[in-house]
Amino acid sequence: MNSKTIFFSTIASAVFLIGCGGSRADRSVLQNKGSDTLVNVAQAWAEAYKDKNPKLAIAVSGGGSGTGISSLINGTVDLANSSRKMKDREIEQAKKNGVEPVEHVVGYDALAVYVHKDNPIESLTFEQLASIYGKDGKVVSWDQLGVSIPGAKSEKIILVSRQNNSGTFTYFKKTVLGKGGEYKLGSLDMHGSKDVVDFVMKTRGAIGYSGLAYTTDEVKLVPIRKSAGQPAVIPSVSAAVDGSYPITRPLLMYTRGKPEGAVKEYLDWILSDEGQSIISKKGYAPIRKIQN
Amino acid sequence: MSDSVPAASQSNRGDDFDRRDAAWYVDRLVHLLVFLGGVSAILFILGIFVFITREGLGYLTASFSPSEFFGSIEWRPTSDTKPTYGILALLTGTAAVSGLAMVVAIPFSLGAAIFIGELSEGKTREILKVLVEMLAAIPSVVWGFIGLSIMNPFIIDAFDVPVGLNVLNAGLILGLMAAPIMTTIAEDALKAVPDHYREAAEAMGATRWQVIFRVVLPTAKNGLVAAVLLGVGRAFGETMAVLMASGHSVNMPTSPFDSVRALTATIAAELGETAHGSEHYRVLFTIGIFLFLITFCINLIADLIVRGIRKK
Repeated sequence: MNSKTIFFSTIASAVFLIGCGGSRADRSVLQNKGSDTLVNVAQAWAEAYKDKNPKLAIAVSGGGSGTGISSLINGTVDLANSSRKMKDREIEQAKKNGVEPVEHVVGYDALAVYVHKDNPIESLTFEQLASIYGKDGKVVSWDQLGVSIPGAKSEKIILVSRQNNSGTFTYFKKTVLGKGGEYKLGSLDMHGSKDVVDFVMKTRGAIGYSGLAYTTDEVKLVPIRKSAGQPAVIPSVSAAVDGSYPITRPLLMYTRGKPEGAVKEYLDWILSDEGQSIISKKGYAPIRKIQN
Repeated sequence: MSDSVPAASQSNRGDDFDRRDAAWYVDRLVHLLVFLGGVSAILFILGIFVFITREGLGYLTASFSPSEFFGSIEWRPTSDTKPTYGILALLTGTAAVSGLAMVVAIPFSLGAAIFIGELSEGKTREILKVLVEMLAAIPSVVWGFIGLSIMNPFIIDAFDVPVGLNVLNAGLILGLMAAPIMTTIAEDALKAVPDHYREAAEAMGATRWQVIFRVVLPTAKNGLVAAVLLGVGRAFGETMAVLMASGHSVNMPTSPFDSVRALTATIAAELGETAHGSEHYRVLFTIGIFLFLITFCINLIADLIVRGIRKK
């Protein structure tokens, strides 16, 4: 074991040192990980920032808000993208590991409810959504909502949800099912924002929720009412900016402690008009009105 | 001159007995490396077991409740109010998918083994063996991809159901994945049946099928059971293909067209996103211990059965 271990670790460290030697001389790397909702825009930011500061490389990866936050807690990323706030539990854990997470709002996202494009449903209220998605909800078929989908094999509602550590999963639960609400079990749990839209596109009886930025022409966005008397609002960037769409959430980036140096410069640039025009081009709402 | 020759040869012979030249050192080094390779399997399996036990132990000793863990279908690990960790639905999902996989794989692999081992000859036999081994080498994510993009629409059309990612889809995929390894082991078991058994039966006037059915299969019974058990172990532990083809839905299946979620797929989908050391993390490791024990037992039983025949 010993001679083998030494042999391999020598090679590994040699490779590592060579790799570092090359990059450390003229560029450094920021690790940026987390929310699937934010991953596209985070990549666009990283791309555009390359022209601003060629010496800084930003490595972006997705995996869900939970992934980003747990990486921040474990100390392996500099910036964690999240589509939900950190839970108290997680903040405690981070502090235990010597990380003081600081939250930054970088944009807003309208969480759209998607159905198949042939689904005739006109609007859904929060109450109806809760009876479809909630643990004690009684609605399991489309005819209970007064619609029938042309060409569907059955009236059964096919629930599409997200994996349970996704920020979208948590935010939708909190907003639509209320505090302490739980999802109905038996939903198909998708592993990415795009997977939800893709699946709904191909499945007539399906309903799913995902970021507005993932919409395509092949799916229908359901207008949402907060309660029965209120107007139904179609999710859009402008409805998210003016706050009229009821399922709008802040998109966050967490840093380890107060941002400094390269991280601070990068964040400041993201919040500048230039950075914010990129996020609005990607289908999300900027933090303030900007002139393009 | 003539005096010095025996002296020289004597000292040479002494070196032969106690030579410490380069070849001797190479010999020792190779000995050591091969030995390390041999025992490394034991070290790794112990190491893995110690590691997953250490990570999962925190939950097992602190708040583990067998009735909730094995008896509840409520898998809500990230609930804000009260996380519950019931694996009954996941266990049922894994069992349903593996069970269907065996229904698919047993006839296929047994048929293939009998054909390769007993009926085919020469080139056909060699080509078939190579092909079966190639089938075993297809990466599981490719199988999952087939389940997701080919089987899904096919099942929707063929059976007129709304969703094609379900027990049937995952079971078929897993069956096809497990079949090659089962074929190879079953064929070995048939080969282990001595030829004079077959000759004796044929001398009594038995047809080919009678020889196979009455003589070869009963004699090779233990090896065939071992082949099936190893296939079950393979199906139980498979992750990626099941994650992609089963629908990943916490659900007690009542028909082959229900979407389910497997134990392995749950670990794969959730472990990367839990904070190191949290309760959710420890529960996933507890599932890992459980899976490890199941596959370990299955493989051990299969191995004992195979050894049992070898001894005879």
